[in-house]
Amino acid sequence: MKNFNRIVTRELSVVFRSQSEFVYPLAFFIMVTSMFPLAVTPEPAQLAFIAPGVIWVAALLSLLLSLNAFYQSDFQDGSLEQMLLAGVSGSLIILAKAFANWIVTGLPLVLIAPIIGVLLNLELQANMIAMLALLIGTPSLCLIGAIGINLTVGLRNGGVLLTLLVLPLFIPILIFGASAVEAASIGKNYSGQLAILAAILILSLMLAPFAAAAAMKISID
Amino acid sequence: MWNWFFQLASPKWFYTIARKVTPWLSVLMYSLMLAGLVLGLIFSPADYQQGNTVRIMYIHIPAAYMSMMIYVIMAVAGAIGLVWRMKMAHIVSVSCASIGAMFTALALLTGAIWGKPTWGTYWVWDARLTSELILLFLYLGFMALHSAYDDKKAADKASAVLALVGVVNIPIIHFSVEWWNTLHQGATLSKLEKPSMDTSMLWPLLIMIVAFKLYFVVTLFHKIRGEILLREKQASWVKKLVADSKQ
Repeated sequence: MKNFNRIVTRELSVVFRSQSEFVYPLAFFIMVTSMFPLAVTPEPAQLAFIAPGVIWVAALLSLLLSLNAFYQSDFQDGSLEQMLLAGVSGSLIILAKAFANWIVTGLPLVLIAPIIGVLLNLELQANMIAMLALLIGTPSLCLIGAIGINLTVGLRNGGVLLTLLVLPLFIPILIFGASAVEAASIGKNYSGQLAILAAILILSLMLAPFAAAAAMKISID
Repeated sequence: MWNWFFQLASPKWFYTIARKVTPWLSVLMYSLMLAGLVLGLIFSPADYQQGNTVRIMYIHIPAAYMSMMIYVIMAVAGAIGLVWRMKMAHIVSVSCASIGAMFTALALLTGAIWGKPTWGTYWVWDARLTSELILLFLYLGFMALHSAYDDKKAADKASAVLALVGVVNIPIIHFSVEWWNTLHQGATLSKLEKPSMDTSMLWPLLIMIVAFKLYFVVTLFHKIRGEILLREKQASWVKKLVADSKQ
């Protein structure tokens, strides 16, 4: 637990000393979502119809973009290797890093989503549910993404490959996240989808750190 | 008792056995495939609703079946390679990938061809079709990851981890896609409503499934032999083999 706190504190202080790189995913989220009214239609009813999907796809992509900043430099300058050598377990490092990743990228997405929802004409209740679904869903994205980034972190063209590896694994979260918002916007029951998102979170909390730690050791070797 | 298991781990032993067995398996595979195709395409009856288009089933169902089976084999072989550090297991796992991707693409393609006359469209976002498409993405990711590493050992281990993550995810993806589909639309055209299959159609189908399995084994052995030669090119037995074959 002490090590967990130390790593999280370290990650957060790295973030606050070099802000710019960590703001990009958030700016990306806002910009991508505002492209859709321009590309599809500014008509309010249509916008509300596509809003759940747009918000979730943009959230997936911006989380994918954020992964690199958390693992690349630590891998290259040998910090990850030193942490492992110091006897910290790999899965604990992953857990702490994924938590810091969520605080820095996931949480701001959750907070800014209602504003995007208003821009896309999503009504109040659906907007709140979108926020709740993102709150439960984004931590799983950080954990699953950690597996992908640790598999590709040592490669030259890791960026595009990361997308290929991770997006198929994000699909269940995308489906249940977007359908919760959709159900809320047409007045249906949405608790089932949220419960499954929570179940996916528990499952990825249990399994993803081990897989990502194994991947990290392979990349370092 | 474990002797055969350790022998299996030796590339040289595997190479010699695979070389001896492959011709026999090929003969069996070709005769079964011929029998299955003749029975399926000529002697089996046409469907009372779909007519002759139903005959694509004899390719489509075995291909779809193989696409899923091969992914599981690939993941299990990868896990064996990770746990027991067995060279051969990684070779099997890696050789599976492109064959599996080929079967998945074949299943999607024949499905699209079958879909046009029966459903009136090449593609619907039905649960099964979507899961099959995602399976293709998983195969492509595996192959891309393996080829991105310069170091073969690291490539083997990394792609084995990915295959295991994928195999845990496949049931979740399948379940979620099914849920998503039923949320959007009720009963679709997708479930083919036919009475339980007649034996005149069942037999050719079963023969074709066995033939496709043999085809997989034969192709796998070919790929494994190539992979072994490539990886063991410094070994004395490979050098001797190449020198002998030149004469």
